[in-house]
Amino acid sequence: MAERQIAETMGAGGNEPRAPGAGDELHQLGAELIACPTCDLVYRVPQVASYERAVCARCHTVLISPRRKAGKQLIALSLTVLILIVAACTFPFLSIGAAGVHHDASILQTALTFSGNLTLLSLAVLFFIVVIPALRLSLLIYVLAPIIRDKPPAPLARQAFAVSEALVPWSMAEIFAIGCAVALVKLSDMADVVYGPAAWMFAILVVLVVATDRLMCRYSIWKSLET
Amino acid sequence: MEVTGNLKTAREMGLVACTECMRVSPRGTASCPRCGHTLRSRDPYSLQKVWAWWLVGLGCYIPANLYPMLETKTLVSSQSDTIVGGAVELAHGGNWGVATIILIASVLIPVAKFVVLAGLAIGVWYGPRATQGRRHVLYEIVEYIGRWSMIDVFVVAILSSLVQLQTIATITPGRASLFFALSVIFTMLSAQSFDSRLIWDTNSAGMAPDRAGRIPGRRRTLARGN
Repeated sequence: MAERQIAETMGAGGNEPRAPGAGDELHQLGAELIACPTCDLVYRVPQVASYERAVCARCHTVLISPRRKAGKQLIALSLTVLILIVAACTFPFLSIGAAGVHHDASILQTALTFSGNLTLLSLAVLFFIVVIPALRLSLLIYVLAPIIRDKPPAPLARQAFAVSEALVPWSMAEIFAIGCAVALVKLSDMADVVYGPAAWMFAILVVLVVATDRLMCRYSIWKSLET
Repeated sequence: MEVTGNLKTAREMGLVACTECMRVSPRGTASCPRCGHTLRSRDPYSLQKVWAWWLVGLGCYIPANLYPMLETKTLVSSQSDTIVGGAVELAHGGNWGVATIILIASVLIPVAKFVVLAGLAIGVWYGPRATQGRRHVLYEIVEYIGRWSMIDVFVVAILSSLVQLQTIATITPGRASLFFALSVIFTMLSAQSFDSRLIWDTNSAGMAPDRAGRIPGRRRTLARGN
């Protein structure tokens, strides 16, 4: 993947940054400049080709990473993950057997396993692994669906995308999936554990969530939401 | 790093950058015209928020280690394990690999997160000891790793919902799981409150008097955003 530092931007073509306070001019400038969200360095918006990435020269934060047809792929991935999450809640998840005794657990049972003093935690776990990921992806689909058909953005699309972005750190479905693997390692020598379809769905989900994150170019999406 | 000389920060140019969509606006703009995000050149309350969440997080991490994480009942025995106790148990049983992993994931990483966050905040306050690049890497690591600590809570959830084998073995979650989850949530909030742009300020802008004419010294009050 081509990675490009865009250090040559500011003031390269004799376009010195203008003095602060030049009101209107600055406002216009705002459209063609971007600042690294992590370290505040200002760049002239570079021409970034598909599959190229513009990276901040100072802190290496990825600024722009456009992909051709990213919108469609994102919708496809989000829909898949959404379906997997909903399906995983209904299919059997894990079952355990030792000395003739069997027990099954579904995703919902797992999330709601904390009771009594810990009920709050049940709610939190349910939100982290089911509600928030589903909500986030639904919002993303809502935002992207009109864009990929070259229609004007959906009503409240900006707010929807902002919420969706704010939910990213709290969407922990993939962490739960890795948690399954850890739990199974711990149990493997004590009992026979059988993976239900829901367990495999969560395993696939890890890959898809990572793919979604790689495809996302926040800048491109915000740009296309600008009317 | 070969940063060319004429690179400037938005603040130095009298601009304010949107951390959400990267658009720059003239200083004083209240919200981003592109995405509607509230604009602040630097979050003036960043460090206060970091410390507040940090303290609550640490406060929760202590009971998370004192109370049992898992209570296991088998035919012959019944035991409750704290995080460290469980790892020690495993090590005694000869399971050194798993014990090490548990100790790293549930003790070393959370403690390191507290230390790094405090270090970053102190660095902004009193002047840093490490280079900007190094502090930035630490910040990125803490930001990234924070949510993965929740894996412990998920493992407890899976184990205790699955291992319900009547008299043979049952596992129930202990009180520590709640405190551990809260501690993870609060450290995540602490890391999110840290305005990473402060890392890069202390050297570049910090050496010269800022816009309000204050000469930064030790314990410099941060100029209000906007």
